[in-house]
Amino acid sequence: MNPAIGYTALISVSVITALIGFYGLRISRTTSDFYVASRTVRPWWNASAIGGEYLSAASFLGIAGLIMISGLDALWFPIGYTAGYLMLLFFVAAPLRRSGAYTVPDFAQARLNSTRARHVTSVLVVVVGWFYIVPQLHGAALTIRTTTGLPSWVGAGAVVVIVCLTVITGGMRSITFVQAFQYWLKLTALAVPAIFILLQLGAHSGQPAALPVGTEFFPLADPLNGSSMYGTLSLMVALLFGTLGLPHVLVRFYTNPDGAAARRTTLIVLGLLSVFYLFPTIYGVLGRVFLPRLAAHGSPDATVLLLPGTLIGGLGGDILSALVVAGAFAAFLSTTSGLVVSLAGVISQDLLGGNVRGFRIAAVAAAVVPLGVALGTDSLALAGSVGMVFAFTASTVCPLLLLGIWWRGLTDAGAVAGMLAGGVLCGTAMLFGAQLGADSPWREFLTQPAAWTVPAAFVTMVAVSLATAGRRNPGVARFMSKLHVPERPHALPGQSV
Amino acid sequence: MSADPLSDSTLLLIITIAVVAAAVAVVAVAGFRLSRSHRELGTDAERATFRALHSAAAAGAQLRNGLEPAGALKASRQLRALLNCAAFAMTDGSGLLAWDGSGAAAKQPDSGVVMGLAAQALGNGRTQVAVLDSALRESLGLPEEDSDLKAAVICPLNVDSRVVGTVIILSKQPSAGLVRATNEVAGWVSAQLELAELSASRTLLAEAEVRALRAQISPHFIYNSLNAIASFINTDPQRARDLVVEFADFTRYSFRRHGDFTTLAEELRCIDRYLLLESARFGDRLRISLQIAPEVLSTVIPFLSLQPLVENAVRHGLEAKEGPGLVQLCARDLGAYTEVTIEDDGVGMDPGELRAVLAGLHDGTHVGLRNVDARLRQVYGDDHGLAFDTAEGRGMLITMTVPKNQPGHDA
Repeated sequence: MNPAIGYTALISVSVITALIGFYGLRISRTTSDFYVASRTVRPWWNASAIGGEYLSAASFLGIAGLIMISGLDALWFPIGYTAGYLMLLFFVAAPLRRSGAYTVPDFAQARLNSTRARHVTSVLVVVVGWFYIVPQLHGAALTIRTTTGLPSWVGAGAVVVIVCLTVITGGMRSITFVQAFQYWLKLTALAVPAIFILLQLGAHSGQPAALPVGTEFFPLADPLNGSSMYGTLSLMVALLFGTLGLPHVLVRFYTNPDGAAARRTTLIVLGLLSVFYLFPTIYGVLGRVFLPRLAAHGSPDATVLLLPGTLIGGLGGDILSALVVAGAFAAFLSTTSGLVVSLAGVISQDLLGGNVRGFRIAAVAAAVVPLGVALGTDSLALAGSVGMVFAFTASTVCPLLLLGIWWRGLTDAGAVAGMLAGGVLCGTAMLFGAQLGADSPWREFLTQPAAWTVPAAFVTMVAVSLATAGRRNPGVARFMSKLHVPERPHALPGQSV
Repeated sequence: MSADPLSDSTLLLIITIAVVAAAVAVVAVAGFRLSRSHRELGTDAERATFRALHSAAAAGAQLRNGLEPAGALKASRQLRALLNCAAFAMTDGSGLLAWDGSGAAAKQPDSGVVMGLAAQALGNGRTQVAVLDSALRESLGLPEEDSDLKAAVICPLNVDSRVVGTVIILSKQPSAGLVRATNEVAGWVSAQLELAELSASRTLLAEAEVRALRAQISPHFIYNSLNAIASFINTDPQRARDLVVEFADFTRYSFRRHGDFTTLAEELRCIDRYLLLESARFGDRLRISLQIAPEVLSTVIPFLSLQPLVENAVRHGLEAKEGPGLVQLCARDLGAYTEVTIEDDGVGMDPGELRAVLAGLHDGTHVGLRNVDARLRQVYGDDHGLAFDTAEGRGMLITMTVPKNQPGHDA
């Protein structure tokens, strides 16, 4: 591939992101008939922003790559990533918006009235965030390697430097608009080349680029096509519950003016994600036919990047490739910056006294630690590694949120015990699972632990809470009514004082 | 799920790092504790003193919120260890708050029985020693066969020479020393309760101060607005009508009684109405620019804390200035904080004079600034006062930073 494509795409995405970040806020009226209500973020904008922040390297590159390797089973990933928002919509979105807590640790402290629970939650949130940034950096490394031929560290380093610079200089002033733009960029970057590819295939059915006659997309004999019932179930538990606890997603809900708007936003997010995930699937299926070598040796996650250039030659192919690369970088940048901002908030508040300078130092720490891990390791299955982060979140933060919102009986001791139990079980299972041989009967049980670690975390939390009922937060009734009673309607004109 | 061979190494590295970090943390904490415990070693008498002081300090912390069951129970555990008695109980004027006992007295008796014991001490404010006869033992739920416990010592708790509760201990032998020690403990608890009452009244005072500081709508503004509206009644009746409606909405917001907090969005709406009314008076001389990040609109801020700053910019910054003036209002998201800045290009102010105004040395103009500054410091601490940037003839920039997460404040 022509290296210029990679450079152009990277630079233009960064510049556009920075420009929207700096000037998005300035699109404000300078006359005095300014009205605040018109300035609140509409659910559509907010939903686009959530979509922009959520669709990471795993969605943009990883799903197509996983379809390349494991065929139909990979389709469970987009289903889980999307359906997690259904859980968010039902159980978390509106109460969390009403709680007034800006981060999960804030929520833990307000709900449980315990600084110890807050610190445990903070540590877990930071760990989850770091693990989640690592695959983004791997994706960036892969993209740069594939498109420009530069060494891997350049891609990961570039993303970290850009994100740190924008966060530290305050360039993310209008972060909602930046993220919303990133969603539509990602959708365009996948959809337009996909449509061109499909048109090309339909038009020239006799040419070499067309489908070979008798192609089987998913041959029955495919040896990798046999994930078990348990594996699928466990994956779905991880993805459904894991979405609830992702720190960067929760923060977005505060941009909604009230709980009802938070629900509407979530509904739109469901639609936006469903549309988006059509396209990685198309890439994956076409990749199996036209780039079969990538799955065997090479990097299947590069399917999305290579497919347009392979199927459509000449300038058209170059332009479409550039578009895809730009979309991929939008995915890395938006998810990473969302995570870095969330983590910096948590780290600076708990460790650095929470002033503005502390926030900047924390932002660098939030980005540099995962960079170290990403440079020291090499991962190609992006969707898989993100799935593990989801399993960990589902076993730790998710029980805290669900029980904290819906059960009065939760105590600080119960929450801490449950989170630690879930975290330790899940972490150890994945560690040992990775050591087992591919043919071990326990491998799947340990590499996909969510099906048993999530219930274990819930059970521990409930049992310890019941045993320590004396430690219940005395203010729980007040907090619960704040969570669940709809907001006081804004005073309407003509109402008496 | 499929096998992803290369991510194993990632996971391995990550988990190794986590394990190493956890191990280092455990060793560090253990080492710290160990070094601390070595430092605490002393003679037996010294260590007994340390233990007693430690119990007293720990119990004192629990009594900081006054007589309430959870704190009283934790304090009772510490104080029972201090007195080395079989059971330690605390009551307030109406019921049993906490009972901590061991052995035969481990079970908490009925509140009514304990209050019966305490009634006399509550009534006359003197220390009582009650002999545990078999009827009393039975009603307290003490087992008959184990008759070691012979007496109860009941000491009143006095706050400002009122009896607010009692301390009750059960003991094998009511020696004079034990009665004396119980009296001392009761006196110490009373002192803690007085401190708690003091800190409660300090909180009340602070709240009252915030209430008193709650900004008032300025009489000049009412007068000027009504004059401006009057001038439109003949020339532009529709505009005059709109302005009256705006004025009504503005006053309704400023006169509202409930809550000391509001959201940034509501405050901005009020500012919008205020500016609409002021621009009726200033006409083209007043230009306004607003840049509000939508992320911060739901931030909770003290009621009427921004409007006085905008009013200050208009009245003191621009009114005295010749030609048009610009007021810029900007709200930004700073991670855990929301920053609001108000800037005008008016006449500015001498920094020394401003300091005097903020210190409360000058009365008169700019009193709104001092009011807002004092309230912000009262609510969020001294780090969150207003920051001023001004000089004569250079305009004024006011920056206000408030934390986004305020669990205790409802808008």
